[in-house]
Amino acid sequence: MKEIVVLSGKGGTGKTTVLASFAALAENSVLCDCDVDAPNLHLLVEPVIRETHDFCGLQVAHIDSEACNECGLCVDACRFDAIHDFRVEPLACEGCGLCARVCPLDVISMRDTLAGHWYVSQTRFGPLVHARLRAAQENSGKLVMAVRKRARELAQETGATFILSDGPPGIGCPAISSLSGAGMALIVTEPSLSGIHDLERVLVLCRHFDVSPLVCINKYDLSAENSRRIADHCGDVGVEIVGRIPFDPDVNSAIVQGKPVVETSDGAASREIRALWEAIATCPVP
Amino acid sequence: MILSIASGKGGTGKTLIATSLALSLEGQMPVQLLDCDVEEPNAHILLRPEIDSSEPVTVPVPVVDKEKCTYCGLCSEACAYNAIAVAGRIVLVFRELCHGCGACTYVCPAGAISEEPRQVGVVESGRVGTMRFAQGRLNVGEAMAGPVIRAVKKLADSKATVILDAPPGTSCPVVETIRGSDFCLLVTEPTPFGLSDLTIAVEVAREIDVPCGVVINRDGLGDEGVERYCAQERIPVLMRIPFDRRIAEAYCRGETLAAAMPSWQQAFREFFDRVRGLAAVGSVS
Repeated sequence: MKEIVVLSGKGGTGKTTVLASFAALAENSVLCDCDVDAPNLHLLVEPVIRETHDFCGLQVAHIDSEACNECGLCVDACRFDAIHDFRVEPLACEGCGLCARVCPLDVISMRDTLAGHWYVSQTRFGPLVHARLRAAQENSGKLVMAVRKRARELAQETGATFILSDGPPGIGCPAISSLSGAGMALIVTEPSLSGIHDLERVLVLCRHFDVSPLVCINKYDLSAENSRRIADHCGDVGVEIVGRIPFDPDVNSAIVQGKPVVETSDGAASREIRALWEAIATCPVP
Repeated sequence: MILSIASGKGGTGKTLIATSLALSLEGQMPVQLLDCDVEEPNAHILLRPEIDSSEPVTVPVPVVDKEKCTYCGLCSEACAYNAIAVAGRIVLVFRELCHGCGACTYVCPAGAISEEPRQVGVVESGRVGTMRFAQGRLNVGEAMAGPVIRAVKKLADSKATVILDAPPGTSCPVVETIRGSDFCLLVTEPTPFGLSDLTIAVEVAREIDVPCGVVINRDGLGDEGVERYCAQERIPVLMRIPFDRRIAEAYCRGETLAAAMPSWQQAFREFFDRVRGLAAVGSVS
């Protein structure tokens, strides 16, 4: 079983477009959407939800204002500036519980919060494990871990050949949770200066977590010069470029139709993604 | 006034809007741009600021004095992040999991825990012409963006128009950025992806009680879903930037809209006046 995660550093480079097409092309795979903040993969694969699970994030402190004598010890102790006028601001509270410990009257309690849900769905491409963090919640890394764990179990139960994971943008907590321990990372980048800057950082992240990356340049023809720079950088750090997808309006039409582009078009982008999948599927995991 | 620019979905044009707006206002009023996308800060690529200072951002992490430690395990029980573990006569501190809350130090009955700063990123500040600029940069491999974002926001000047370039997504780093803003602009694209992520971003803005408006980038590219949603939810669409390959190519070269197509500067100034009006109404209601 090979777990392939698609990352990008910069957002909006085409991770979901590429991953959904892989889902359509792969035989026997489990799909996994690790972008739990702003998931999009479900919009292209028509999932039917089979299981729904609650996800509890960090606890949040609560002050019983009737019993509080406003001594202020909690305010002084909190390093997240989360207590104002003897009320806890839930969005600032990081759930450490120090306020509850220092309270001499023991009127601060730590409460569980429902931070989101995760789902197992059926799609025409195989099972999909996905999630939805509630707006403005913390701890998306932990939710990503829950989603990946279930995807691995499903892959084992069904004897799947691939786990195809759509990752989040960035290089912080959810990106690290999506990447660590994966078999391979495909970095989808774009030939903008921002795309290159972010690619460099995400490649360092891959090295840091010892996952070997491959790179695909999306919309490579928007700037031939920057595409060359990407190739130069990848050459310098010993990373292979496995695909160059041209700008193609069919990609957007596919998103509007709610389908992977390889299902709706035989155009230039679609052909290149097919070739890319061949390269990825046959690439040995080191 | 503090104006944050967020999106939900990545790559919709937050940084293009933030930098173009800032450049269009420069010279008209004191402007400060703070790049709070500390995982992947990009505004500097379009603005090319002169950076004149760089300050480390640190989180306090525990150091255990083995002479004093009695291996009682209270620190480990107290830690909500599983960042400290006691096994037999060994204490392990997982520094990258530590939020720096100080609970372990507080509960230690032997006084064996002290704290030392651990660097997780930097804040760099400087200027672009008369505009002040700062950005946070999370060290690669670090998970927690929060402390770096807070450090950048501390530099906000209450006398200037402060533009915050937010990270993508809808969870803690975004909340950390837009909390306390007078207005939040949500940049989206007119596709089902843009719409789906916009609806979550609107929930975030409402949850933290910051008034918001929408900018539609790459207008004409997809479908009518975003416009219908905004009309239904009574969210003002404050600007539409047409889908134009020349804009995409200019962005690839690292050019703002204000620099590549100067006629946009006037549009951004008028846009800002509308935003300011809405923010004033928002603070009254």
